[in-house]
Order: sequence, then structure tokens, then C-alpha cells
Amino acid sequence: MALPELEPGVLPPGAERLRAEVRAFLAAAEFEPRCDAWLTGADPGFSRELGARGWLGMTLPAEYGGRARTALERFVVVEELLAAGAPVGAHWIADRQMGPSLLANGTDGQKREFLPAIARGECFFAIGMSEPGAGSDLASVRTRAEHADGGWRLTGTKVWTSGAHLAHAIVVLARSAPGGPRHEGRHEGLSQFVVRLPGDGVTIRPILGLSGEHHFNEVVFDGAPAELLGREGDGWRQVTAELAHERSGPERFLSTFALVRLVCSLAPGVASGRLVGRLWALRQASLAVAGALAAGRSPDLEAAVVKDLGTRFEREVIDVAREQLAVEPDPASPDLAARLLAQAVVQAPGFTLRGGTNEILRGIVARGLGVR
Amino acid sequence: MTVAGDRRLLEETAHAILGLDDPWPALEEAGLTGVGVPESAGGSGGDLADVAVLLRAQGYHAAAVPLAETLLAGRLLATTEHAMPSGPLTVAPGRFARRVPWARDAYRLVVLDGERAALVAPEDAEITPGANVAGEPRDDVTVRAGLASVECPVSAEDVLLRGALFRAVQLTGAMRRVLELVVRHAGEREQFGRPVGRFQAVQQQLAELAGEVAVADVAVRAALRTPDDEVAVAAAKLNASRAAGVVAGVAHQAHGAIGVTSEHPLGALTTRLWAWRDEFGGETHWARRLGALGRVPWETVTRTDTSPTTVTW
Ligand SMILES: Cc1cc2nc3c(=O)[nH]c(=O)nc-3n(C[C@H](O)[C@H](O)[C@H](O)COP(=O)(O)OP(=O)(O)OC[C@H]3O[C@@H](n4cnc5c(N)ncnc54)[C@H](O)[C@@H]3O)c2cc1C
Repeated sequence: MALPELEPGVLPPGAERLRAEVRAFLAAAEFEPRCDAWLTGADPGFSRELGARGWLGMTLPAEYGGRARTALERFVVVEELLAAGAPVGAHWIADRQMGPSLLANGTDGQKREFLPAIARGECFFAIGMSEPGAGSDLASVRTRAEHADGGWRLTGTKVWTSGAHLAHAIVVLARSAPGGPRHEGRHEGLSQFVVRLPGDGVTIRPILGLSGEHHFNEVVFDGAPAELLGREGDGWRQVTAELAHERSGPERFLSTFALVRLVCSLAPGVASGRLVGRLWALRQASLAVAGALAAGRSPDLEAAVVKDLGTRFEREVIDVAREQLAVEPDPASPDLAARLLAQAVVQAPGFTLRGGTNEILRGIVARGLGVR
Repeated sequence: MTVAGDRRLLEETAHAILGLDDPWPALEEAGLTGVGVPESAGGSGGDLADVAVLLRAQGYHAAAVPLAETLLAGRLLATTEHAMPSGPLTVAPGRFARRVPWARDAYRLVVLDGERAALVAPEDAEITPGANVAGEPRDDVTVRAGLASVECPVSAEDVLLRGALFRAVQLTGAMRRVLELVVRHAGEREQFGRPVGRFQAVQQQLAELAGEVAVADVAVRAALRTPDDEVAVAAAKLNASRAAGVVAGVAHQAHGAIGVTSEHPLGALTTRLWAWRDEFGGETHWARRLGALGRVPWETVTRTDTSPTTVTW
């Protein structure tokens, strides 16, 4: 039985100077703070500006255009951007997971092509994992990868692909060989591929969200040329490593932070203090997971905990805001509170689904505890 | 004997002793009732991290001893010219103090009186016995006689903050043990031909419990690094108290009826969770404090990063 346990993270020296620089930049930048801006607030110009300041691809080595900073320095930058509700959606996936994944698994050519562009804020990525028939049961993906002319071709359909219409490339999990026998065998024969977007044999169709916004897509591959990422047949392990980066960052408790700020300034009291206290602890947990990841450990159970509790906190914020601000959600209201509430309410169902549902996460925790 | 120098040895010793039926004599014998108090002030040396090791172990074993109170009083006395007497101690934050832990059993009460403190024998105070739901003494104390007091830089407010941190640490120790008990029970108790832990409804509840424990635990560990920072301590106690309710609720549900008997070890832990979560301020108290601290929540949340790690007392 593994019991979850975390050593508090320690920010590196210089973190506070970095934080002050980011705060100064944000104070002068022009954007309207949004809820859920990391997924639904794309502004390519803003992304390029962050790249120019050295705040994208921070942990990548200098030879690939990165800044060779530590994961905890990156933590400071992203938490400041998230707390400000800044429009970081365009580059989010590229910076958070595809950069590290390409660095770990890519060929030298792939690294030279993509990493410097990611660090400049000029190359955005999409995640091609989910399919119509493969959600929580990700290993059941049916997109096929076949050898062709010395390379690979993909055939199949991905769904819920965030930002595919803005992305320059997508990383696709596909079946490159039949799975092995028995249940665990399904994890064999999967590989990851990079496909440039827009590209031959790839059709991207919008899937509109609850308020009609275009955020995610259906992506159909019809013999689309693709490059292998990493080792053939190693897709499951690579995807799992990627998910560790995806699960425990500050975006898992700050999606509705713009509302926390409003509650604290307009109705300070017990309810606002409760949110601040919870946030303090969730941030410490997230920071601790980041520290453990940086030290080369794989705190899967703890990362699942942060995402489960963090995303439920994001939803709790909505109820506290409704209670304290007594405002009706309205996306076009002149009142900022009404606009933020509208964004939060409509995106909230996604908080506890994307990146692995909370039920699946609790299953991971239960397995870690040894009861499953 | 001083064992505080080696933290692993300290932890092993603490668990060995606090698991006994009557741990107090052995705690004194081993010098553990003076840990975190300088030897020059009558203690056995060590720092707040050593104190935390003891308090976590005490919570884990639900040991019925005034260890947290004695260490709190010892650290307080170290800021005055009084040496720490041996024997159980407790702090009364004023001459009229309600629900003072273990007052009737203390060898001396450290009574705060404005900016002064006095050592008072229980015989010289009026003590009205009371108790918390775990049966631990929580007595009302009135001290009328003139006091031979000394100057004391620690205020009642400071005692509340430090006491909250101590209780938060005790809570995390008790919650860890509850987590262990409930995981074991879910693996052993069979219904419908399988361990109840195989049911997904039970698994999801246990994951919730483990999550609350993990977050409270890291919050408390983080607060121990900046124990004079009000935000850190408030958040640590708030989260530990919140977690206590979830943990006790889930653990009892998963245990079924066996868990609500006084023979079962679970009850000694959960009754302490219910008591300790409200002592030295519950969630609402600390939420109110945090709410009053400022209207810029992100600065409040991140300010601990630059808080001094030095400890005033
Ligand atoms: C806003 C948003 C953005 C997204 N972006 C992307 C993206 O960019 N790329 C991408 O690949 N995917 C993306 N997704 C998809 C996301 O990863 C899936 O929604 C998620 O994995 C769940 O799959 P599903 O939606 O098919 O739900 P299902 O798997 O069908 O689950 C339905 C319900 O059943 C529960 N359930 C399923 N299996 C179990 C089980 N074993 N035990 C208990 N309960 C179970 C689930 O928890 C859920 O409540 C996005 C989703 C959202 C909401």
C-alpha cells in the first residue's frame, strides 16, 4: 500500500525576482482577465510576446532555443499568468507537455524543427488522444498507423481536440500493431505520431461548446502522412509520462481564479477566506508535486489527488461567487462579474473531465492505496 | 537524555513510547517532554521540526497525554526567565480561561496575564472540569490570587497561532492512522464474497479521504517552515480541520458498525479529529482571519514564499 505523501516544494533562489518581472509585465499588458483562459483564451500575439520574454519553453535546453530554467521557475511564471487570467490558451499544450515530450522522445531533427518555435511562441500543438469510442478507456483507440513509403500514414478520427484549428501540429496516439493477449496487452502496439497541421489527408471540423464557442474539434485522418514520435510500440508509456505533466499543474485549481479575486475584493469575509485558505493548500500540494517531478520521482498518485481536489475547488468557487456576488451569469453583460461567472459556469463541466475524469483519477488513487 | 539530534531515531522512539498504554513516564524518562525547548531553559533541545515529529506520533497513536500542551508551555517559558519545570504543563491564555487542556492534571499552569506570565499550581486556581468528545480534560480556569509573574513577550494571540499549528500537526498524525486502518479494513472485511474495498463506491470514497489527508499533510508541513506566518498557519489549520471531518465521516462509513464501538481503535482517533478540528480555531475562525487579511488573494496565497523561516518562539 502506498500512502500519498509530499514534501513541500522549495522555490529556487531568484524565483521572487522572476515573479516580480512577470507581475510587472502583466500589470502593463492589455487583456481582459478570463476564467479558463488556459484552454479557451487563445491570443497568438500574446503567446509570441511571452516567447520573446523567455517565458515559453523555459525548461528546454538552450541548444533547442530554450532557457535552461528549472521546472519550479516555470511553475512561478505559469501560476502568475494563470492567476492573472491571461490569454495563454494558444501555446498552453505546446509549452506544458509537447515541449518536454519532444525533448524526451523526439529525433534530433524533430527537436530542431519544433522546440525553438515552441519557445518563440510560434508553434502550437494539439493533443490527439480521445476518439469517439475511446474516452476514459484510452487504450481502446482505433486510429491506425500503417507503414507507407518509408514513413507512416494515419487513418482514424480524434475528437475533443482542443485548439486543433489554431495548432501547427498534433501528437496522435494510434495503434501501430495489434495489442497483445489479455487485458494488459492492450497497452502494447500503441505509438505516438506527429502530424503537421493543416496537412494532407487531415480534416479539422469545429465542435461548438455549450455557449457556441469554437474551442475543440473533430480531426479526421485519411491516410495522413505522419512521423513516429519516440519508439514504435512505446506509445502507452510515453502518453502516461505526458499525463503526469498534464495533471498537477496550477491550471488544475486556478481556472476560476478571476472569480476568487472578485469575491475577495467585493465581499471579503469568511467565504472568501475559506477559498484563500483552500487555495493556499492546493498550491502547496501542486508545488510539491512539481518539486517531486523535477527530482525525477513519479508522484502519480499525488498528481491525481491534486487534479481531483483542485478541479472540484474550481467548481466550488462558482458557488461561492454566486452566493457572495448575487449576480446572474451573462456572457455579454457590462458587469465583469456576470461575464466571468458565465465563462466559469459553461466551462465547469469540462474541469472534471479533461485530462482524465475525476472518477478515473480516484481509481488511480485507490489502486495506489492497494484496495483496487 | 537528548534524542532530538537524530530525527529518525526520535521518530522511532516516539512511536515506541506513544504506542504504550501509559506513555507519560517513558516520555519523561526519554526527555521527550522537553523536546523543542533549549537545554539552557530546562528542556532537551531540538527545534520545531522535532516537536512536529512528536506531535504527529502522538496523534497517530491517539495517545491521551498532554504532550502538545507541555511542549507549548515549555517553548513559551523559554522566552521568559522561568526555567521549564518537569511534569505535565499547560497554558492558560488569561486569568479567566475556558477549556484549558489538561488543567487539572498539570503540575503547573503557565498563566498569561497581559505582558506577563506566571507558573501556577492547579491547587491555587479554581478549576471547573470539562472534557472534549475524546474525553480529554478541557477545564475552565480562574486564577484570583496575586501572581508572582515575570515578563513574557508571547501574547494570548501568539498562543492561539502556535496552538493551532500544534493541533494541525496532531490532526495529520491521527488522519494518517485512520487512512491506514480504513485501507486495511476495506481489504479484509468481506461481503458479497469479496473484500468491500473491491466495490468502486467504496474505492472512490477512500480516494477522497486519501486526497484530503495528502493536501492537509503537505499544507501543515509547509506551514511548519514558516510557523510565524499567520497565513500559513491559518491555511494549515483550516485544511487540517476540514480534512478531519471528511476523513472521520468516510472512515466510519467504510468500517460499518464495528467502527462505532468503543473497543475498536477507530473511535479514539475520530473523536480526537472531531475535537481537535475545533480547538484553537476551526475552519470558520481561520477563514474569517484569512478573509480579513486583504483583498488581493493572490498576494496572500504567495506571500508565504518570502516569509522568514526564523521562529520567534
Ligand atoms: C474541455 C475539454 C477539452 C478536451 N480536450 C481534449 C484534447 O485536446 N485532446 C484529447 O485527446 N481529448 C480532450 N478531451 C477529452 C477528455 O480527455 C475526455 O473527455 C476524457 O478522457 C473522458 O472521456 P469521455 O468524455 O469519452 O467520457 P467517458 O469515458 O465516456 O466517461 C463518461 C463517464 O463515465 C465515467 N467512467 C468511465 N469509465 C469509468 C470507470 N472505469 N470507472 C468509473 N467511472 C467511469 C467517467 O468518469 C465519466 O463520468 C477534452 C475534454 C474536455 C471536456
